[in-house]
Amino acid sequence: MNQVESTPRALPETSEWSFEAIDRYHEEIARVANRYGLDTYPVQIELITSEQMMDAYASVGMPVNYHHWSFGKHFLATERGYRRGQMGLAYEIVINSNPCIAYLMEENTLTMQALVIAHAAYGHNSFFKGNYLFQQWTNADAIIDYLLFARNYIASCEERYGEEAVELLLDSCHALMNLGVDRYRRPQKLSLAKEKMRQREREEYLQSQVNELWRTLPHHEHRHDRDAQTRFPSEPEENLLYFIEKHAPLLEPWQREIVRIVRKVAQYFFPQRQTQVMNEGWATFWHYTIINTLYDEGLLSDSFMLEFLQHHTNVVYQPPYNARWYSGINPYALGFAMWQDIKRICEAPTDEDRYWFPDIAGTDWQDTFDFAMRSFKDESFIAQYLSPKLMREFGFFSVIDDETMPKLGVTAIHDESGYRKIRETLSEQYNLASREPNIQVWNVDLRGDRSITLRHQPYRGRPLAESSNEVMKHFARLWGFTVRLERFDDDGSSELLLETRIEKRRADT
Amino acid sequence: MVRIIDRRFDSKNKSAVNRQRFLRRFRKQIRRAVGEAIAGRSIRDLDHGEKISIPARDLNEPQFDHGRGGIWEKVFAGNDQFKAGDSIARRPPSDGGGGSGGGQASNEGEGEDDFAFQLSREEFLDVFFEDLALPNLVRTQLARITDFKSQRAGFSTDGSPSNINIVRSMRSALGRRLALGSPFSSRLRDLQAELEEKTATLGEDHDEVRALREEIARVRAKIEAIPFIDSFDLRYNNRIVVPKPITQAVMFCLMDVSGSMDEQKKATAKRFFMLLYLFLTRNYEHIDVVFIRHHTKAREVDEEDFFHSRESGGTVVSSALTMMRDIIHERYAGGGWNIYGAQASDGDNWDNDSPVCRELLGEHILPWCRHFAYIEITPGEPQNLWREYEKLLPAHPNFAMQNIEDPSQIYPVFRELFRKTVV
Repeated sequence: MNQVESTPRALPETSEWSFEAIDRYHEEIARVANRYGLDTYPVQIELITSEQMMDAYASVGMPVNYHHWSFGKHFLATERGYRRGQMGLAYEIVINSNPCIAYLMEENTLTMQALVIAHAAYGHNSFFKGNYLFQQWTNADAIIDYLLFARNYIASCEERYGEEAVELLLDSCHALMNLGVDRYRRPQKLSLAKEKMRQREREEYLQSQVNELWRTLPHHEHRHDRDAQTRFPSEPEENLLYFIEKHAPLLEPWQREIVRIVRKVAQYFFPQRQTQVMNEGWATFWHYTIINTLYDEGLLSDSFMLEFLQHHTNVVYQPPYNARWYSGINPYALGFAMWQDIKRICEAPTDEDRYWFPDIAGTDWQDTFDFAMRSFKDESFIAQYLSPKLMREFGFFSVIDDETMPKLGVTAIHDESGYRKIRETLSEQYNLASREPNIQVWNVDLRGDRSITLRHQPYRGRPLAESSNEVMKHFARLWGFTVRLERFDDDGSSELLLETRIEKRRADT
Repeated sequence: MVRIIDRRFDSKNKSAVNRQRFLRRFRKQIRRAVGEAIAGRSIRDLDHGEKISIPARDLNEPQFDHGRGGIWEKVFAGNDQFKAGDSIARRPPSDGGGGSGGGQASNEGEGEDDFAFQLSREEFLDVFFEDLALPNLVRTQLARITDFKSQRAGFSTDGSPSNINIVRSMRSALGRRLALGSPFSSRLRDLQAELEEKTATLGEDHDEVRALREEIARVRAKIEAIPFIDSFDLRYNNRIVVPKPITQAVMFCLMDVSGSMDEQKKATAKRFFMLLYLFLTRNYEHIDVVFIRHHTKAREVDEEDFFHSRESGGTVVSSALTMMRDIIHERYAGGGWNIYGAQASDGDNWDNDSPVCRELLGEHILPWCRHFAYIEITPGEPQNLWREYEKLLPAHPNFAMQNIEDPSQIYPVFRELFRKTVV
């Protein structure tokens, strides 16, 4: 208590937290964040137990979610790991909502709570609000309400149609979840054309009452020849769940709604999967900067800083490739280093920086940060800002594994001739399109047996994993008719890979 | 203004529904795992949860994914030796296959063959009962925790105000006051003696006397300042809950271990013994278990030997019954014991011995027993022992027998037993 009197604004330094202490820390952190110009949603801090943290963890980090056995499985796995002490729990979960909800775990010390507030409630929060992917694809105001709706809707479906029917449907949807997202926003119509569009909409509505799949009118021979040439859909569709929701012939309306729910949830997480390095790096940079600013102002004790630094260095440690615990590149380490590096380039550029980054060297770092945070995702962020200095510090080298070659080859290392190659490879590594197989709906045999054909376009000769056969069964369950998967090679040829046949219609329908 | 919400006390166990869904979905695998766990457990040891593991491949969630093969180019950190153009030998497949690229991910995937987790006591018993096809009423009866009563257990330093023990509290307050005050008290005594002496020699108004009086007043104030009672002194009546003592029981497990009893049959027999034991634990506080195994001769053994050692040779069932009779007479005849018997056999007995068995059981054992259950584990026709035992049924309501092939048929032997206690 005596110390508080000596520096009147100093923050409490006990290791036990209290609501008053958290409030005071938050106040100071918010003040500093504000000074740095972080634009955030309002913050809502919620204190939870470790068990609740595991709960939230298991239901993909959301405070409410529908029920499914797979979440139970994740809970059991998390619980086991935690009990055995193999893994610490995530320190924080933060939800991209408005207000932004940040969870603090009861067991953490006051230092950790402060770190989490700075990291999640200001770092992640401002990223959620600013980054273009989140702005485009997620709606922070509505997500909690939507999930609540989804849970109640699915629960009511379970009551009406049986838990098993819903569970099987959800299993199938989950299998296609990764391929159930829109990757590109369709262009907005010009406002001039609005009136015309409305008219066409009405027309289209009437037309949509006529479902081609159910057409029973006899068709003429000469038309048949022409139609055989046109595919349905006329353009390949990459969002498999969307296609199923709109066009699967046998689904009931409630089933379509559930497909839609899974699709919406997948879409909501789509930006997070593409901004891991940037987002975690951004949050880490800000907790580091904010806490250090507070320390410089004399508000924090040395013991606080030591504990803080220990956690911080653990988070941003990058083990070398030959360490036993190496598990790829640590997104926290890379992201944090890159943001620090951008700041350095802005404030104290070297000649190399001026050559590589003429447009940002020597500019105001906060403006550059703001621009970079808003306008990139991992892939483009790395391609734009990974500097030679960082590549040297991390000791990056790229290795090629070609199944036709007897040995692995080192294609580039962190030297003058390799910088560009490494940057390109690393950027590609975070490209979602190359991480996940490219599978699209190619054709539906509208006039025949209603079978659907998917096309897989291999990326650099990579085949599909064995689990694909299982996924095909799920797809067939949703589609209701035979499903085929073709491989479409670069030379334009295609070859049938897998086929799941469903003969005719089920006896009970 | 930030909103801080304390959610620690609401909605615990949000994942409980998901957990149940998980257990239901993998019922088949879990049953198999529980079956294995039962084989590894002692029959007295049924009343707690269990860590079980089921094959991970059954519960993966498939996705379209890249398999191994094709071209993978990946960036690694921490270069210490490589130059562009170097080539590296692939790691042998057992060590992760592709080396780089897909190697990392599948490495972890291959390592985890099993998905292990903890079943709670209720969940474990539930699966166990399901195996035995027990009626629901009986399940609840067995799964119930016995009644507890609370009883005094001395005193403790914390508790609710209504439980304060005044005598104890005052006694410790007194002790504390004495202990804390004693330096001052002895000082006071010295001062008082000195004062008397000084008053006698120097007179009332002398400075030294006045100083002494002031000193005495100060010491008195110190003694007064010691609190009369402190929260530290409080003693509370302590109560603990203990299981209601009922009575004691002894359970005899008799099993034929001749060559024809294979592991499968023994596993079925084990479930039969377990169920009886579980029933007894619900009704008696203290239970002795006696294991008697026999082929042509009977021996009393411990549980390990009972289930796991293998014998061969002929079968003389009466040897075991004789032994049971003798043990009852030696150890459990005082009337303070409820005696239960459970016999498992494949029914194959030496022909001339079966009538002897009937006589032994009817004359010397059943009169002592609360309940005696016999199961014959054989897929075929009942054997001679069965026919002899059948004659005992009308006269002895405490005797039950059943011919079974698998565990779900065990319950009828206990039907009478459970009915009595359920009503």
